[in-house]
Amino acid sequence: MEQKTKIHAEDGKQEIVITREFDLPLELLFKAYTEAGIVEQWMGTKVLKLENKKHGSYQFETTDPKGNRYGFNGVIHEFNMNRKITRTFEMENAPFDAQLEFLDFERLTDNTSKLNMHVIYRSVEVRDQLLQLPFAQGINMAHTRLEYIVSKLK
Amino acid sequence: MVASQSMTAGAIASNFDTARPTVSKHLQILTECELLEQKQNGREIYYYINAKKMKAVADFIEPFRKMWDDRFNKLESIMKQYKSKK
Repeated sequence: MEQKTKIHAEDGKQEIVITREFDLPLELLFKAYTEAGIVEQWMGTKVLKLENKKHGSYQFETTDPKGNRYGFNGVIHEFNMNRKITRTFEMENAPFDAQLEFLDFERLTDNTSKLNMHVIYRSVEVRDQLLQLPFAQGINMAHTRLEYIVSKLK
Repeated sequence: MVASQSMTAGAIASNFDTARPTVSKHLQILTECELLEQKQNGREIYYYINAKKMKAVADFIEPFRKMWDDRFNKLESIMKQYKSKK
């Protein structure tokens, strides 16, 4: 099966491009980014603030199962209805600098659309660290599993 | 850890709260699976990562891609429901 979400990350570059084609009209795809209630559902986060305009800003907060809160925020640099959002993204209390995101929305047919997300990081190192975060979490889970298997071998 | 440099079993074990024999067992399994390779250097055995094999097991970026894919799948299904409600 062809993968719907594609990541283009070249070695030694401090940027990535995420592309995805949706079985949705362009207007509905764009709405998923601009209505707080909808963002909350698919991002799995609480939306504290979302100003869809140039010089506006946004603030999200997620809570993990242990009750720890994680904040995310950024500034909207450009807001072009059904076409483009340029914004920054920053994880609060994390050792990473803010990243710059260009979101381009494109109509393919009446019922399909495409999102092109171009993300630029402070450095190649920061990019690679952030890309590997979900991988590292997976490794931790695998390690716990390995530990369990080994303990049964003893 | 071993992705950035080759290490001895002792050095690897010092990073975990697990008992040394348990760590040795882990290393043995990972070596048998060819995920780690050993290199003798005097009396010490150094372990280093078999990058090719690791690549075959899991592309480093795949979990990141999967995370976004899951989010976007959710977005798609939510908006399809939204559309039919209207």
